[in-house]
Amino acid sequence: MILLTRRATFSASHYYWNPAWSQQQNEAVFGRCANRNGHGHNYTLEVTVAGSPDPITGFVVDLKWLKDLIEREVMEAYDHRHLNLEVPEFLTAIPTTENIAVAIWNRLQAPVAAAAGAKLASIRVYETTDIFAEYRGE
Amino acid sequence: MKAYFTRAYSISASHRLHTSALTPDQNRITFGKCNNPHGHGHNYRIEVTVAGPIDPSTGMVINMATLDAIVQKLVVQRFDHTNLNLDPLFLNQVSTTENLCRAVYELLANALQPAHLEKIRIEETENNFFEFAGA
Repeated sequence: MILLTRRATFSASHYYWNPAWSQQQNEAVFGRCANRNGHGHNYTLEVTVAGSPDPITGFVVDLKWLKDLIEREVMEAYDHRHLNLEVPEFLTAIPTTENIAVAIWNRLQAPVAAAAGAKLASIRVYETTDIFAEYRGE
Repeated sequence: MKAYFTRAYSISASHRLHTSALTPDQNRITFGKCNNPHGHGHNYRIEVTVAGPIDPSTGMVINMATLDAIVQKLVVQRFDHTNLNLDPLFLNQVSTTENLCRAVYELLANALQPAHLEKIRIEETENNFFEFAGA
């Protein structure tokens, strides 16, 4: 089995807020991330798929196809957007790096499984170079 | 459901690879320039990965402020701008980054509970890195 990773970047704003909590509780747990005016990051997304190279093309998946899929399913929804206000999955879930990784998995898992002999293996999302979350569908 | 959260920390420290179990010549052959008598240093990048379910009330595997406080206290303050060889943990083992990985893992594993420490990954330089995931 070969693991193949495609990287993409997007820039987005967000804030952390649990509507079931008081302002004081939100600020105690989330600190500056609870500022309701939001803040932003340059995110780096790594999409890893697993499979065997096709005997004719030598590809696990066509990287151009994967790039276009990420563009269509993720970038169009996330890039230069306010995650809390404009991305449907974060109307209910807090857009932490962990939840972003899960949400992107949910957007890509079925199309990857349907299109090729490969399957989605991991989604890694870097919020900064020193902070990242990963989800493997476990 | 399980997700992985990783946070990286930096420490700058000196060390020398040397063991009294070997002769001076053997040390020189085994460790090369890392055995130079007065030591040398690195900017280490330590990645701490925690695994577990995402808490629905916070969206987090672990609150980064909690993680930062524990790692700063137990690892960064202990090793940053020090000579690793003089730390009690390296009195009886060579201060390789393999051993530093295991030492950092053991310093953090219990302290992070109930969060689960998944692994420690340390970059000694941009071309050398090491991982320890327990056991």
